[in-house]
Amino acid sequence: MSTSDEELTWREIEVGAIFTVPGTTADYQTGDWRSQAPSYNFDRCIKCGICQLYCPEGCVGQDEDGYFIADLYWCKGCGICARECPTGVITMVEETE
Amino acid sequence: MGRKVGIEVSIAISEAVKLANADVVAAYPITPQTHIVEHLAELVASGELDAEYIPVESEHSAMSACLGAAATGARAFTATAGQGLELMHEVLYVASSMQLPVVMVVANRALSAPINVWGDHSDMMAVRDTGWVQIVVENGQEAVDNVLCAFCIGEDKRVLLPVMVHIDGFHLTHVVEPIVLPDQADVDDFIPPNEYPLPLDPARPVTMGSFGPPVIYPEIKKRQDVVLRESKEVILENWQRFGEAFGRYYHPVEQYRAEGAKTLLMTMGSTSETAMDAVDRMRDQGMSVGLLKLRLWRPFPFEELLQAVRDADLLVVVDRAISFGGPAGPFCSEVKAALYNQDKKPKVMGFVAGLGGRDIPVGGFEAMVHRGMEIAEKGGGEILETYGVRE
Amino acid sequence: MQNYTVFVPRLVPKKEPFAPGHRACIGCGEALAVRLACKAFPPNTIVANATGCMEVISSQYPMTAWRVPWIHVLFENTAAIASGIEAALKAMARKGLRPDDGTKVVAMGGDGGTSDIGLQALSGALERGHDLLYICFDNEAYMNTGIQRSSATPFGASTTTSPSGIKSIGQKTWKKNMAAIAAAHDIPYVATASHSYPHDLMAKVAKGIAVPGPAYIHILSVCPTGWRSAPDLSIRLGRLAVETGVFPLYEIEDGEYKMSLELPKLRPVEDYLNLQGRFRHLSEDTIKEIQERVVAEYERIKEKTG
Repeated sequence: MSTSDEELTWREIEVGAIFTVPGTTADYQTGDWRSQAPSYNFDRCIKCGICQLYCPEGCVGQDEDGYFIADLYWCKGCGICARECPTGVITMVEETE
Repeated sequence: MGRKVGIEVSIAISEAVKLANADVVAAYPITPQTHIVEHLAELVASGELDAEYIPVESEHSAMSACLGAAATGARAFTATAGQGLELMHEVLYVASSMQLPVVMVVANRALSAPINVWGDHSDMMAVRDTGWVQIVVENGQEAVDNVLCAFCIGEDKRVLLPVMVHIDGFHLTHVVEPIVLPDQADVDDFIPPNEYPLPLDPARPVTMGSFGPPVIYPEIKKRQDVVLRESKEVILENWQRFGEAFGRYYHPVEQYRAEGAKTLLMTMGSTSETAMDAVDRMRDQGMSVGLLKLRLWRPFPFEELLQAVRDADLLVVVDRAISFGGPAGPFCSEVKAALYNQDKKPKVMGFVAGLGGRDIPVGGFEAMVHRGMEIAEKGGGEILETYGVRE
Repeated sequence: MQNYTVFVPRLVPKKEPFAPGHRACIGCGEALAVRLACKAFPPNTIVANATGCMEVISSQYPMTAWRVPWIHVLFENTAAIASGIEAALKAMARKGLRPDDGTKVVAMGGDGGTSDIGLQALSGALERGHDLLYICFDNEAYMNTGIQRSSATPFGASTTTSPSGIKSIGQKTWKKNMAAIAAAHDIPYVATASHSYPHDLMAKVAKGIAVPGPAYIHILSVCPTGWRSAPDLSIRLGRLAVETGVFPLYEIEDGEYKMSLELPKLRPVEDYLNLQGRFRHLSEDTIKEIQERVVAEYERIKEKTG
């Protein structure tokens, strides 16, 4: 059911228009809503994970070194992580075209 | 094959729900439906029916709780009437759109104001476009039989739609009739287990009732309409199966002395029994009059209607509801619409009668037939012809 | 408690039953509150969701943000839908139609769906004693339809249907106390929570689900769009609502009140109000009136904690 909704015909719709595949919005890019993006100075990072906890998108993951970093595919650039980071690792920078 | 008992129709309907082994009953009291849900409460309290009985705080919640139950895969039942059906109105659309096969008995009742607890078809007509299968019965036996069929029809994987069984308030709900209650074993054989294909289940998470923007809404609605139209085949199949199992057969358009009749009365519900007496009298007087009783209101039985009226010159359609400011009673309007594009079609005269529980006596049907014939012959007539209203 | 929050985020469940890619506004506190609540769900949880922001942003055809079984039916009937689900689970388990796997039911709605149009259905569900948790995600107005006032909109807030003007201070009524209404049903568990206190929120959700019978949790959810606040301030605003006493965090367990957070001293309400455009028009007198009311209400709840 993750076919584009513009292609679906009435015959392809599931019983009761029910979706059977969970969590398909993960394919949907909300990152292009962003006007500013988080930028990281990991020197100060204590890997507390506050940024991950408070992210409304749930888009903050950990890299292989254990640093927390937003996935820009979904990050809408709200700046909550930057505001809440206790050690000032994150600054929000304007996106450029 | 069952036992014949003298029983109030409402009680018999509850017994049918017990025989169908419903899992969840959600109900709110409203006259004239109360005896159904009261008796169901007794059956649950005595352990005769193993179900959860939810005494909800409104009809809106009664239907909603049934949807929650049906979405979980349970067999859900409720009953209501008049204002209760109206309070459910928006939930009814969702039930059919989300394809949740609830069964509901509607004890047809007039709508306020003035408040009136007696029977007519205003409530049934107000919900005709909600996407439910709607079956209309004329006596207690038909009510019991069709409640059993309703579970089979609604839960069939080709259908998965909610079903209303309409019984006229008081004229049916509160009368004692001799009714055959089928044996449990036969009902168990007749009604397959309810296996909703995509229930709410943590093992297989589904999303139900999503947001449908313009890019997909028309496709979803088209599909819903096709499913309801095509449900007629499953309805016919189940009525046939019921007939073979229990010896009583049902059809979308029931005929009474209609073969070759030039004038056909058309009725729905309990007044059909009175209309049969009227037809007998008129036949005795040598008039070529028969009766068509509409059993299946949704999906509308177009083919069966055309077949049934092919030899008639005049249809006299009796509505127990008004479409205020509209073309005729809703029943009559639909019959007219169904025939309009036919090359050969009878004239159609509509009457509104029996509102708010007002009796239509045998003579009333005769009078409507005579008046219908007169208008058909001479022309004239009111936009809304009523019978039995004091001028 | 804040220190506690700093050092244990890594212990928070990693699972995200509420997937990214949802279409909530930038900096949406309600989406965060939902995300956190979902983390506290036991594995077998079914969600019934009222019409509102969360339904719209999470389920636009043909995509879903939900990784748990989820149903939306209408605006005002979610508690009744959840009642039906709970009853069905019980009946079906008893009749052997479905495994008795301890599946839990969570109903959720916004402040409109809970304290206005859905209040009757909610009251019915709480009174009947269904084993379910109802969560109100309260962003204090009908945000999805364009910031119209609800009975949960705070006194003085300017919304599109309670606009401030020469003859209006904005919302003329005090916020309806939904937690007290829920508690009046004598249900086993009632709590208030905030997305700015995630561990407290998750613990309360877990408790609300675990407790047999009905539970109600009221979560203040900051809405930058409707509150006219900066998106990055959503967490700070949630915290300020608590620290000023505007939105006290407490639990009512079997009728016993318990403060979730000891505040030696309340911050002035201006700290909270001044960050929001919806309160920008308030006069000093009105702010004073709000301040007095907040303190009195806070003391009233504190007294109940004995």
